[in-house]
Amino acid sequence: MEKLSFRHTTRTALPGTRASAITGVVASGNLEVLLERNLAPDACHVEIDTAIKGYAEVWAAVVADFVARRQPGGLTITINDGGARPDTVSLRLAQGARLMELP
Amino acid sequence: MMDWRQERTARDARLVRARPHADGKIVPSARVVDLLEAILQPGDRVCLEGDNQKQADCLARGLSGCDPARVHDLHMVQSGIVLPEHLDIFEQGIARRLDYSYSGPQGGRIAKMLYGGQIELGAVHTYLELFARYFIDLTPNVALIAGVSADRDGNLYTGPNTEDTPTVVEATAFKNGVVVAQVNEIVDRVPRVDIPGDRVDFVVEADTPFYVEPLFTRDPGAVTETQILMAMMAIKGIYAEYGIRRLNHGIGFGTAAIELLLPTYAERLGLKGQIATHWALNPHPSLIPAIESGWVKQIHCFGSEVGMDKYIRARPDVFFTGSDGSLRSNRAFCQTAGLYACDLFIGSTLQIDLQGHSSTVTTNRVAGFGGAPNMGSDPHGRRHPSDTWMKAGQEAGGTGDPALRRGRKLVVQLVETFGDKLVPAFVERLDALELARKLNLELAPVMVYADDVTHIVTEEGIANLLLCRTLDEREQAIRGVAGYTDVGRGRDHAEVERLRARGIIRRPEDLGIEPLDADRSLLAARSIKDLVHWSGGLYEPPAKFRNW
Repeated sequence: MEKLSFRHTTRTALPGTRASAITGVVASGNLEVLLERNLAPDACHVEIDTAIKGYAEVWAAVVADFVARRQPGGLTITINDGGARPDTVSLRLAQGARLMELP
Repeated sequence: MMDWRQERTARDARLVRARPHADGKIVPSARVVDLLEAILQPGDRVCLEGDNQKQADCLARGLSGCDPARVHDLHMVQSGIVLPEHLDIFEQGIARRLDYSYSGPQGGRIAKMLYGGQIELGAVHTYLELFARYFIDLTPNVALIAGVSADRDGNLYTGPNTEDTPTVVEATAFKNGVVVAQVNEIVDRVPRVDIPGDRVDFVVEADTPFYVEPLFTRDPGAVTETQILMAMMAIKGIYAEYGIRRLNHGIGFGTAAIELLLPTYAERLGLKGQIATHWALNPHPSLIPAIESGWVKQIHCFGSEVGMDKYIRARPDVFFTGSDGSLRSNRAFCQTAGLYACDLFIGSTLQIDLQGHSSTVTTNRVAGFGGAPNMGSDPHGRRHPSDTWMKAGQEAGGTGDPALRRGRKLVVQLVETFGDKLVPAFVERLDALELARKLNLELAPVMVYADDVTHIVTEEGIANLLLCRTLDEREQAIRGVAGYTDVGRGRDHAEVERLRARGIIRRPEDLGIEPLDADRSLLAARSIKDLVHWSGGLYEPPAKFRNW
């Protein structure tokens, strides 16, 4: 197990008003993402609990790209990871952000 | 005085030696070894029919049972090295030299034997290349082939898996060679004549039906959301943009996902009738929903697929079938069709380097090629235009009179940035180079050469290599879709953004793809059982795919 934490500043807040959303499941090669709108509009915190050690650098890159592409201002994102590949993490984060934007 | 009939005389002598073991043309399976020892001579070139799917396994066991004191130093010329016996004969000293195309299941052992010097390798060919050499400098002296049934005159019914048989027989029978066929049964009248009897010298009634490998069945239950995302990108960013009607698909899960999205996602985009209508393809079960939804006009097949026979029989407007109703496949013709008459090849690979060369070789396996290098290459002999081909040619640039420019075939690599066990698909240097060095091969076994690849699709986006004008641009375009592999993380971020602004790299969001659509509910079938339902019960999946 490894715990990782990233703090980012965004240019804008994520659109939408939804307070929270959850997507994915904790399973081998998959992950669960909980998104909560509870921060200042230009802040995004990502807390990761992963089953596999030693990939902090890749997680940092995946999260930084997600923040740059989606501008998820206002969100705390909590990840429960069952050893997902980076492509699955990116997709799940994008899906989570879209869920938060939907009415 | 020149003797112009030495080969014919030698053939007659072989037949005379073999006669005592046959009743007319018919040979009982118990006499196979005697028959082969009578026919074969040391140093013969032999095709022991090992196709992509169908295997002359009874004759393979027979050959492996021959006495190496009598039968030795054979030169094997066959497309597939699939059965253990195909390599046993090299260990036994029966065979010495090998020219082949594909060795999927035996890839590990073949590498060891090449390394140990037990096999003298001619070359690893593409299918069409090996078939071509059958008629020029690798003509078999003896062909050992497989069919479903034969009559007493040797007329042969190959069944839906005709595959390589007509090509092998053509080269052998018309150049003084001897043709021996194994069949599952001897009948009074064959359902249709795939090989006329006067090209077949002996028929062996096999002890068991020949082995067929179900190579083309992909369980929709195993298709991932990443593969669905990539399939959406391919459909929207390539199939729709270039209006691809004539195509060939590889056998991976990525292309299976595309097939399963045609009646759902592509239908929603209004693409029915505009794309994916004419195919060079094995009968993929995952294409059933698209066929049943009226997407597919016709399919020509390299071989068949286990469980698809009844379905094919019921859809003669789509498939090529004989007067008996069953599929007629033909690997040589279908490869030619894929090479010259298709505008797109899309398939997966294990490694892509910084220039775009791709290979399925790893340091311990020589899996060979099969069809991908023929499908996945730009045929310079092509002369007929199509909108797709012309658009690709235009994107590739060039100067001078437009009427003197060639079009381009689209050759697309559909690849997840990480494979099994987080092995990166993008590498600085192909393992194939190390293997070539180790085995002292003159050519590294490259599946698709960089100058033939036009697009690379990963979960991160599409790189359009046609639009790249320098090697640096090309490298950054590849790094720009290589995700979080070392190659991907080594990108020049500013240059990648410039390539994106020029449309050379396109992300899912640039294509207007909704990430929430990347869900298994988008698949037209989510299980093998769904495919059976789509087929109205006509598709009969083999036991290993029946999990209900």
